[in-house]
Amino acid sequence: MSPPVLAPVRAQFRALASSIVPEAAALDASQWDAVEAIIEEALATRPPAIHRQLRLFIRALSVMPLLRYGRPFSSLSDARRTRMLSAIEGAPALVLRRGFWGLRTLVYMGYYGRADAGVAIGYRASPRGWLAWQERAP
Amino acid sequence: MIERSYDIVIVGSGAGGGTAAQELSAMTRDGVRILVLEQGAKLADHEFTGVEREMAGALYEDGGGFLTADGTMSLAFGRAYGGSTVVYTGTSLVVPERVIREWDVPGLAHADVAARSEKFKTQNDVHLLTDAELNENNTLFVEGCRRAGYYAQQFPINVRGCLGSSLCNLGCPNAAKMGTHRVQLPNAERNGVEVVTRAEVERIGEDRSLRVRVTAPLPHEKGAASTWAPGEYVIRAKVVVVAGGSVGSSALLLRSGFARALPALGRGFTCHPAHILVAEHGREITNDVGHPKSFYLDRAAEEGFVLETCMYFPFVTAKNLTGFGASHSRLMRAFPRLQMILVLACDHATPENRIAVDKQGKPVVHYTFTPRVIESLVAATRASARIFFAAGALRVHAPSADPPLIEAADAARIDYLVDAKHFKPGKISVSAAHLMGGCGMGRDASDSVTDAWGRVHGLPWLRVADSSLFPDSLEINPYVTIMALADRVAEQIRREAGDLLGSVATHVAERELTAD
Repeated sequence: MSPPVLAPVRAQFRALASSIVPEAAALDASQWDAVEAIIEEALATRPPAIHRQLRLFIRALSVMPLLRYGRPFSSLSDARRTRMLSAIEGAPALVLRRGFWGLRTLVYMGYYGRADAGVAIGYRASPRGWLAWQERAP
Repeated sequence: MIERSYDIVIVGSGAGGGTAAQELSAMTRDGVRILVLEQGAKLADHEFTGVEREMAGALYEDGGGFLTADGTMSLAFGRAYGGSTVVYTGTSLVVPERVIREWDVPGLAHADVAARSEKFKTQNDVHLLTDAELNENNTLFVEGCRRAGYYAQQFPINVRGCLGSSLCNLGCPNAAKMGTHRVQLPNAERNGVEVVTRAEVERIGEDRSLRVRVTAPLPHEKGAASTWAPGEYVIRAKVVVVAGGSVGSSALLLRSGFARALPALGRGFTCHPAHILVAEHGREITNDVGHPKSFYLDRAAEEGFVLETCMYFPFVTAKNLTGFGASHSRLMRAFPRLQMILVLACDHATPENRIAVDKQGKPVVHYTFTPRVIESLVAATRASARIFFAAGALRVHAPSADPPLIEAADAARIDYLVDAKHFKPGKISVSAAHLMGGCGMGRDASDSVTDAWGRVHGLPWLRVADSSLFPDSLEINPYVTIMALADRVAEQIRREAGDLLGSVATHVAERELTAD
């Protein structure tokens, strides 16, 4: 069992995740645990180098605003957070775009990988297909 | 190290390996010992739950998130008893004559591929769904195409007792999809073929030996344990049929050292790069109930793309929408009102796009989006946006637009808003599930890996029987064509059985020739 990848950067990760999925800001402790458990499970099969790169990227995003705004990412307003992440998402350097794409993919996996999130967005698929649909229909 | 001997060993159990196993299985009556080695696990029916996270992890390589070398495209391919046929939607098309003609493989005629394709369509219960079984995600596509001046065609699909769960890509929870795990592999096993799961082939030696590692299930992992004890094995074979898929077969032959004599090995990789496009309607529609992929629009010959209806799950949908934050969340919350189209570019083989292996022998796929592929995706996105709006959508999410959301009021500006300059690899999600090439058919070792019968040049005991044989893009969903080619590979092995297998099978070859 490898040590948790996100544990050393948990606060920074949650700040970033809450900007990627705004609803995440309302998650309670157990829901955050569920999000992070899904991500940890996916990361468990990846090489240690990927774990290090992910932590480095999260730390870099967290301190990057110091240069421009004089405060870390977690202390920025929502508008400034969005502006900064949009710049990273469309950055000229592929390594930055790819890094952000990877981070947002993990956040979406953790957030939307939970059954609760599926219910919240109205996802209705059932193995029983049309039978379940007809039972639900008014 | 445990040693075992078989006459024929098939690596992989998907459309290629499963078909080859079935078509060779009658030889077991003559004492020919046939083994199928599958890297993935065999799941029991009750383990197909339709839950996105657990099924993706159980059935796909890297959970469906295998990335190309530069990280700009996800490749989805199955890893299970039945290979990718467990996770496709069952769409069953016969390759167009134009494609086989352009492949220009000596000895490969379209009529032969088409006849074999029809044989497997019959075996797999391929048919059209009735109107009553179609959901609105599909009927809106048909209506949108009609209003926008396009002609949508209905996919024949291979289901038996489909309940319309919409969960095909997570493995049918109702055992309705007629993949090789339901048809060809059980047929082969009934005839005496041995199928061993959780068995990864590490190398094939020029002495016809295979080094195999069998692993035990992890705690809480889906799927039965292998019938072989965990450990290292050496399997001695007289004939080896490689059918691990485009990436798997190419990587296996590369790490086995065959590239020295086969410079084309790993080359010619194509994959139909795809976007998932989403549009929001003003009312709820039936989208996550019913078969998800019932219609398509074929513009391959004219514009280099194909559009297919599709429906994905919360995480895959979120991942494939460009962007983040409030606008992304708004679209996700509209899930019951979403219509989806999968746009696929018909890419072509280039010298840059190829399969390699790293120092550990793991596959590395190098892929660069050519200007032609980007133009095809942009043209496909524009066409899809027109279809969405013609079907009544309020807004369309187009990855090659910036910002990606296009409102109905801007429908007349689609050609301006959707533009190749917004196609930024690494920013927008591109994925592919039709992985092709790497062991292409052709004339000789200077231009290809095998001949038209899947015989590896210079190594008559080594055959390839999967989508890696395609010398270029197929431009349609590939499984039926893979089966047709695997059928040819099996037929040729039966014909040559006397030479390949020795006395054990001389009468097999004689019977095959007499049948002609």
